[in-house]
Amino acid sequence: MSKFVGQSVKRKEDLRLLTGTGKFVADLRMENMLEAAFLRSTYGHARIKGIETDAAKSLEGVYAVITSNDIEGEIKPLKQFDSHCILPPNLIEEIDPVINYNFEDVLAKRKVTYAGQPVAVVVAKNRYIAEDALALLKVEYEPLEALVNPFEAEKGDAPIIQEHMESNIQSHFLVQVGDVDKAIEEADYVLKKRLRTPRLSSNPMETRGVLANYDAVTGKFRVWSSTQLPYEVRSTIASLLEIPEESIHVTAPEVGGGFGPKGGVHPEEILIPYLSRMLGRPVRWIEDRIEHLAAARQSRDQIHDVEVSYKKDGTITGIKDDFIVDSGAVNYFALTCAYNTAYHLRGMYKIPSYQSKCRVILTNKTPNVPFRGAGRPEATFVMDRVIDMIARNLAMDPVDVMKKNMIQAEEMPYDQGILVKDGAQLIYDSGNYPDALDKVLEATNYKGFRKKQQQLKEAGKYVGIGISSFIEGTGSGPFESALVKIDLTGHVTAHLGSSPQGQGHETVFSQICADDLGVTPDQVTVVVGDTGVLPIGAGTYASRSAVNAGSAIHEASQKLQRKVLEIAGMLLDNEVEMLNIENGTIYAHDNPEMKLTFVDIANAARPSKSSKLPEGMEPGLQVLHYFVPPTVTFASSIHVAQVEVDKETGFVDIQDYSVVHDCGTVINPMIVEGQVQGGIAQGIGSALYEEVVHDKNGQVLTGSYMDYLIPTSMEVPTVKMVHQEYPSTRNPMGIKGVGEGGAISPPAAIANAVVDALTPLSIEITKVPVSPGYLRELIKEAERV
Amino acid sequence: MNKRIVALTINGVDVQRKVASRMLLTDFIRDELKLTGTNVGCEHGVCGACTILLNGESVRSCLMLAVQADGYEIETVESLQNDNGTLNTLQQSFKDCHGLQCGFCTPGFLMTVTSFLKENEDPTEEEIREAISGNLCRCTGYANIVKSVQRTVQSQRTSKSLTEPVCHTDHKQNETVQIS
Repeated sequence: MSKFVGQSVKRKEDLRLLTGTGKFVADLRMENMLEAAFLRSTYGHARIKGIETDAAKSLEGVYAVITSNDIEGEIKPLKQFDSHCILPPNLIEEIDPVINYNFEDVLAKRKVTYAGQPVAVVVAKNRYIAEDALALLKVEYEPLEALVNPFEAEKGDAPIIQEHMESNIQSHFLVQVGDVDKAIEEADYVLKKRLRTPRLSSNPMETRGVLANYDAVTGKFRVWSSTQLPYEVRSTIASLLEIPEESIHVTAPEVGGGFGPKGGVHPEEILIPYLSRMLGRPVRWIEDRIEHLAAARQSRDQIHDVEVSYKKDGTITGIKDDFIVDSGAVNYFALTCAYNTAYHLRGMYKIPSYQSKCRVILTNKTPNVPFRGAGRPEATFVMDRVIDMIARNLAMDPVDVMKKNMIQAEEMPYDQGILVKDGAQLIYDSGNYPDALDKVLEATNYKGFRKKQQQLKEAGKYVGIGISSFIEGTGSGPFESALVKIDLTGHVTAHLGSSPQGQGHETVFSQICADDLGVTPDQVTVVVGDTGVLPIGAGTYASRSAVNAGSAIHEASQKLQRKVLEIAGMLLDNEVEMLNIENGTIYAHDNPEMKLTFVDIANAARPSKSSKLPEGMEPGLQVLHYFVPPTVTFASSIHVAQVEVDKETGFVDIQDYSVVHDCGTVINPMIVEGQVQGGIAQGIGSALYEEVVHDKNGQVLTGSYMDYLIPTSMEVPTVKMVHQEYPSTRNPMGIKGVGEGGAISPPAAIANAVVDALTPLSIEITKVPVSPGYLRELIKEAERV
Repeated sequence: MNKRIVALTINGVDVQRKVASRMLLTDFIRDELKLTGTNVGCEHGVCGACTILLNGESVRSCLMLAVQADGYEIETVESLQNDNGTLNTLQQSFKDCHGLQCGFCTPGFLMTVTSFLKENEDPTEEEIREAISGNLCRCTGYANIVKSVQRTVQSQRTSKSLTEPVCHTDHKQNETVQIS
């Protein structure tokens, strides 16, 4: 019975966030707390000859100045994440991957490999003094050749960044289906292009931050971190400090956005607990924005060389993609983004022959990790620029090329002939893509626009329309946990392993639980982002929480409901099937006067000699459930952008943005729409404004918000949304993930719209952001021809 | 360290502290006065998360020193709730319209809009967008923030017609009527 699932229930989180009483890490203070600041590498690649620390150490108010020498043998290196490096045997067989071991010392040892890398840490009475001390540290560097171009970095004679490796090619794989060489040989036409997506910085409005307090009496660590993965932080601290996980309790308090990079454990999350133990006092570090733009993990940064075979009628017969991921100085996530790109690239299309060859290359840049979309925006940019280029080459409407190649509703579930990263066959579970296309074209009034466009162009207005579609494997495993319990006051509490950063988990999961237990969301307290209660949990990334945590709380709540009813059945001397729960009251259909409350049931279930339980039933009213998804489930979406280009300045104005999307069963439409709109805003950023730029020495040139441009309210329109609801077949409620989707298509849709706006002038966009400078260059070049 | 006395009024309360002259106003509010609702997003005056009202006008507290605020009246997000603890019309509209996700930028938006709506009681969408364009939000994509402001304007208009005659435009006058 669905009473709350599907409703736009207002958020429980809002009261504290609107009144300034919610506590982010930077709002937490402890008695005797010290503050840390990091000295970071000013070089992209250099040997450390020596660090002079005496002056800093002697500054009043400084408690510690630590370099790699001081922690030698005390903290193990932060290595690539095992959970991402271990691949299923059938996938290994199919893609023949190589993943070379790589790591980073939590403080740079002997050499630095990217600008922003932590070199030393100062702990002082407050942040002001800590930063004064940083200014007194002197590092002697011997500059080495910085590798910022991955094509240079992969050459045999390039300096090696991770010196134990034989080259800077950290990993590679090849995945294929059909016969792409034959397809190319037999094609009417072959398109060959190099397409690239920029390096991005995720920029949650709250920077990273860690507070740790070591209790010498109990030997336990209390850690608060602005993380998406408190359990991963716990296990990484445990393994690097060689202490049991049990001695560490990690809480993600209010977290002010994450978007992926807060899901990779950073060196500071290990060092701050270590320093607290060393000094016997609470230590806090709050990243500043300048540190964030240089040193917080970055993302995207792929270059694709594609060859596409197609017929005169627009049918695509094969794609051969050879791409590289510029991973920066460390690749923590193995093939995660890269293989996401490879398996998502064909999207909604049936392209029988496909080959994707990838190299992940180390360079002297900040490590590259998943960020909202995680390999999919890159794939989608390639696929949908290709569709648009083919359409232009054939003088067809891009919509017709899409239709020509699109998977039809009756072909679902559709097998793409390769594997998902978890080893399952890549089969899209549900959806109706042609219907989605019709719906979004209607929402944007495509035909009307095309009619009007000609007149506007004749009047000197460069208006255009661009489309991009994607499918997204969401809700990846391995699992998520939920513990649902009813206490002696009859109140319901649910603990989940998920860890939100604004997605409203306390609200949406209480909706699910309330429906299952016959109470209201207000009667359910959802506790997330804390390792204190559940033995294990996974966390929030990869559009997975609604699917995994949602399914886990659903299953746990249903099991608990069954237990409540069985106890009630015994107490009321009635069949379970005759019973109903409503507003926390249990009664029989045939005798509604006889009522029991959760308090009655909780008392009856209390472990005691006088427990009143059906024979053989365990006492207690709590259920722990681990949900393990069979594989990912496929959300899908199509975006249409209408833009006007100022040909003289190269500025692009988005005039309309329409979206159709399918995320299966919708738990809370208000939150879903918020996720889509927010994702699109980030996608618009990467389409038009955002790029982390390094100079040839590996220096970050986009080190502040004056250079790294985040879209404002003036650049992001209110998106028109159309919903489809094709339930997933891979979890009990039919949920698909929605968190990342919005960010995937805007680069392709907007680039296509800009090309369309300038037609008949023939420009060819091969990268984003479509900045005014880049677009002016393309216009000038096209006008010369 | 050079210290100075700073005396100011914050959320209606007079305070006096001796602080380092280099202390940022944001840190003064957060660390000295323990009002942590005002957040620090960029510390270089771009993101607007630290926006407060200084004698009624919205300013970025990360671009001022505490000593510069000596003698001023400051309002922070903690001042917005109604006396009975309920959300004021603007806060309630943000909740109703899902105008926040992670909530980190929210106090800054609330203060910017509070000041803006005193200047412009009946803004167009374009005026609202321009007014909030100095505040960055990375979660919402702004649409629901714009909607929240529009809802506030609508509610205040309704509440005014209920409480006629209105003698002045102090937003506090309009907080007493909750439109849900």
